[in-house]
Formats: sequence, C-alpha cells, structure tokens
Amino acid sequence: MASVVGTFTIDPRARRAAAKRRTRGEGATAWAFVSPSVLIILGLSVVPVLWSLLLSFQANDLVSPSRWVGFANYKALSADPAFQAAVEHTLVYTALYVPLSVVGGLGIALMLDRQIRFISIYRTLVFVPFVVSAAAQGVLFSFVLDPEFGVANSVLHKFGLPAQGFFSDPGQALYLLVAISLWSGTGFCVIVYLAALQGVPAELVEAARIDGAGRAGVLRHVVLPTLTPVTVFLVLFQLINALQVFDLVFVTTKGGPLGSTTVIVYFIWEKAFKSFTAGYSAAAAYALAVALLLAGLVWQLYQRRRKVVR
Amino acid sequence: MKKLPFSPWHFVLAPLALLFALPLIWLLVSSVMSNAEINKFPPALWPSGIKLDGYRFVLGNALFPRWFLNSFIVSAVAVTANLVFGSLGGYAFARMRFAGSRLLLGLMLATMVIPFQLTMIPTFLVMKDLGLIDTLGALIVPSLVTPFSVFLFRQFFVTLPRELEEAAWIDGCGRLRILVSVVLPLARPALSTVAVLTFLSTWNDLTWPLIAINHDSNYTLQLGLTTFQGQHHTQWAAVMAGNVITVLPVLLGFLLAQKAFIRSLASTGLKG
Repeated sequence: MASVVGTFTIDPRARRAAAKRRTRGEGATAWAFVSPSVLIILGLSVVPVLWSLLLSFQANDLVSPSRWVGFANYKALSADPAFQAAVEHTLVYTALYVPLSVVGGLGIALMLDRQIRFISIYRTLVFVPFVVSAAAQGVLFSFVLDPEFGVANSVLHKFGLPAQGFFSDPGQALYLLVAISLWSGTGFCVIVYLAALQGVPAELVEAARIDGAGRAGVLRHVVLPTLTPVTVFLVLFQLINALQVFDLVFVTTKGGPLGSTTVIVYFIWEKAFKSFTAGYSAAAAYALAVALLLAGLVWQLYQRRRKVVR
Repeated sequence: MKKLPFSPWHFVLAPLALLFALPLIWLLVSSVMSNAEINKFPPALWPSGIKLDGYRFVLGNALFPRWFLNSFIVSAVAVTANLVFGSLGGYAFARMRFAGSRLLLGLMLATMVIPFQLTMIPTFLVMKDLGLIDTLGALIVPSLVTPFSVFLFRQFFVTLPRELEEAAWIDGCGRLRILVSVVLPLARPALSTVAVLTFLSTWNDLTWPLIAINHDSNYTLQLGLTTFQGQHHTQWAAVMAGNVITVLPVLLGFLLAQKAFIRSLASTGLKG
C-alpha cells in the first residue's frame, strides 16, 4: 500500500533525487553482493593463471616442492614429437568439426524453418543429442563401434561389407571422433540459427521478393547477411570447444591407437596427472594459450583492416 | 489446432531426424537386451523381449545409486549457488555504484576466455591445499558461481525498468529486499537460463571429477560410468543400462522443460 501512496504523492524528479542520495555510500552493500563471485571467480582464475605461468618454469610432480628449471620445459616441448602430433591431431579435428557443424547446422536450420506437420518433433530429435554428456556419448559409441559386439559391424555384415576396426584402427579413430562430435554438436548450431532466423525482418524478405529475387537470391542477399553475427559467434564457440576436446577422447580411445587421437588437452592431462610432470604440462598449456591469443589478435587486426578497406 | 499441409520436405526431414535419434534409440534398446543376444555373432539387431538383467546388475552394484546421489548433490548445490551468487553479483553490477565496479566486471568477463587446461593444475593444487581433493567439495567449490551467471543476470537486470525498484527504494526497502521481492520475481527467464546451463555443465562434466576424485565412492555418474565401462566391457547390456541412468535425468529435464532449455541455449548465441 505504502508504495502506491508514494508513487502518487512524490513528484518523479524529487523521487529520483532522493534515490540518488541513497545510492551514495552503499559501496559496502555492493561489495557484500559481489564478494562471493569475486572471490571464487577471480580466486580460481587469476591466481591459477599466474601460478600456471610459474609452474611452466618449474619441475613439479604435484607432491614435493617445485624446482626452478628456467626455459627447460619449453625447450623440451619444442622438440617433443608427441606434442607436435597432439597439435596436429587437434588441428585436423578442429578443421573438420568447426566448418562442418556450422555449415551443416545452417543447412538443417534452413530446412527446419518451415511450418509443416511434425516439425517440432524433427527439431527436438536433431537437438536432443546435444544434452547427452560426452562421457555417455563415448560409452555408447564404444559399444556401437565395438569391432566384435557392436551393431555397426553387424550391419556391415548384413550388407556383405568387410568388418571395420573403428576405434582400433589408427586411420579411422580421429575421424570417428569428429563424426560423433558432429552428431551431438550440430544440434546446437541448428537451434541458434533457428532462433536467429526468427529475427530476419519479414519486410526485408518481402521487399527482395517484390524486387524479383528468387529463393536463392533472398537467401544470399537478405538471410545470410542478417545471420553473420550469429555465424561469427558459432564459429568462435565451436572453435573454442574443438580446441579443448577431451572427454570424448578420454572415454573412447584414451589417445590411441598408436597415439593417433592424442589431442592437446589429452596431452596436457596425461603429462600432469598420469606421468606427474606438472611443470611440463603447464608449459604445454601456456604454449597453447599463447597460440590462441595470437590467433585472436591476428583475427582482430584482420577485421579492423577489412573495415578500413571498406 | 489447424492441420498443416503435407510437404515433400518430410522425405528429407524424417530420415534426417531419425539419423540423429538412432544412436539414442539403440542405447535404450540395447539396455534391455541380454548379454547372450549381444555376444553372439553377428550380434542381434533387435531384442527378443525386454530383459532387465542389465538394470538389475547396475542397481545391485551398490555404487551406481551412490554416484547418482553424488551427481545430484553437486548439481543441486551448483545450481542453487549460481542463482544466489549470480543474481547478487549481477544486481550489484547492474544497479549499484561502487569503486572499482567497472574494472571488476571487465576482469570477470576476461576470465571467461581463459581455457580450462590453463587453470586445471593450479586449481587442483589449491583444492589440495584446502584439503578438498577426493571430496565432493572439490567438485562444488569451483562451480559455485561462474562469470557467465553473473554476466547473464547483469545483462537481464539492466533491461528492467528502474521505476519498479525506485518505488520500493523510496519506501525504504534495502537493496536485498528489492532484489528478492521486486527484481527476482520478474527475472524468471534469467533464473531458468542460469539454472539450465549450470545443471547441464555440472551434471555432464567429466574432466574435473576425473582430476579431483580418486576414491570410487566419491565418483559422479559420468566418472562412474566411464570407469564401469572399463571394468565390465564384456557386459554391454549392463553398461548400456548404466548409460541410460546417466543420461535419463538430462533427457527428462529437457523433454519436460524443452522451451526453457532451447531458449536458454539459443540465447547464449543471440546475446553472446
């Protein structure tokens, strides 16, 4: 009740002034509100980032005190063929997964963006693998692709095709991981694109139609340009995910066979928590992070130059 | 409801949707097969009847219910804490002026781009120093609040009209009271987005539990399932039954609250 009276009796300007007066000196309250977040978020990010940098110049086995080794970790890293292989595998995985999931997601979203029967069922089915954890995906596909007991080989057998090694074949394993990731990750691009497609202004599409643009013309000159910010977001999001792939690899191949699926994060995890060379592992993590940062800067410069040219 | 016309697109979309659904259908089907059916050559493509041997084995194995409970505890605490701390922080950044607020917000946003592998070793060492390694606490503490939750709440609160709060402010309500009784009732979309995204990421996480937990009674479902597969890889029916149990809460949640799930996830792309 009191608030109703308040709105009627006090003129808005006086209200604002009163509110402003009270806003001053509430720093203590504000700090009380943000301190749990600040403590946890900064405490578990800024501190570890600096600590990691320190670790990368040390030898550390996670138990006994660290020993300073200077640049030895980085030197060893640059000469480690296993690290180079891990970088290569990650790049192959990323180069396949990112464009295929984004372009595939756009294609599927365009197909699903129509009012026909069962459309919501189709949308649900395309998206549902995304909520399944990488661990569950890995366990499921280890079974489906089991050379002896898996359903994949028994289907091949039905059609008279030769049995495959799947995850036990160094020539196939990495590509199978890409395929599984596409199965679960494309749905995310689909729903983001579907949501963005609702935001394409109908007047623009209408105007283009009146000007004589066909379906392809509308898509190229109206729809795709409006989707550009979403596409940039999806490429970056999928890129970050792809460069950090780990869970699926851990569950299905553990980096094998013959190291053919050792990706960077798997390499980092293995060095820190399996062979207990945490300093070496931190150096690898830092090398990756610096590479990512440089890639980001180059991208920014490129974007800026493109704008200037225009 | 209006009956929509039949479209030739069904010939493309139905097989496509089936392709995405097939692995999950197979997961469900194989979890009710017997090991004999799976282990003969070539393996059966369809069960001769529903057999619950797999589920009996998994639920008889005392640890699966325990892992389920562990996952539930970690996810429930993480969701609650993200809602509480995220909305508190988000509100302060959206509405209150205090020294260093801009710098602090910028710093928090910057931490969103730090890759996890850069922080995981020191985070392990910090948790070890706190005596939390190999307890659920090690899983809970780092997920109490994410910069994403704080930022999402802030972005939402900024869009709310100030007038609503000013009325309560004039009446002498404190900030906490305003947040709880004026702002949060209007913030259902933000609350559900943070809840959904936090639940998905904590329930589905494998990397951090793998690093932070050693003893199998403290495993989460994801870690338990992975280990279980390693130990029982000839008992596929049981492994698939365990897999169904691991996936089911997320699937049920998704099917029941599909709109909230899809809106939450799509919004990360549209606003992000």
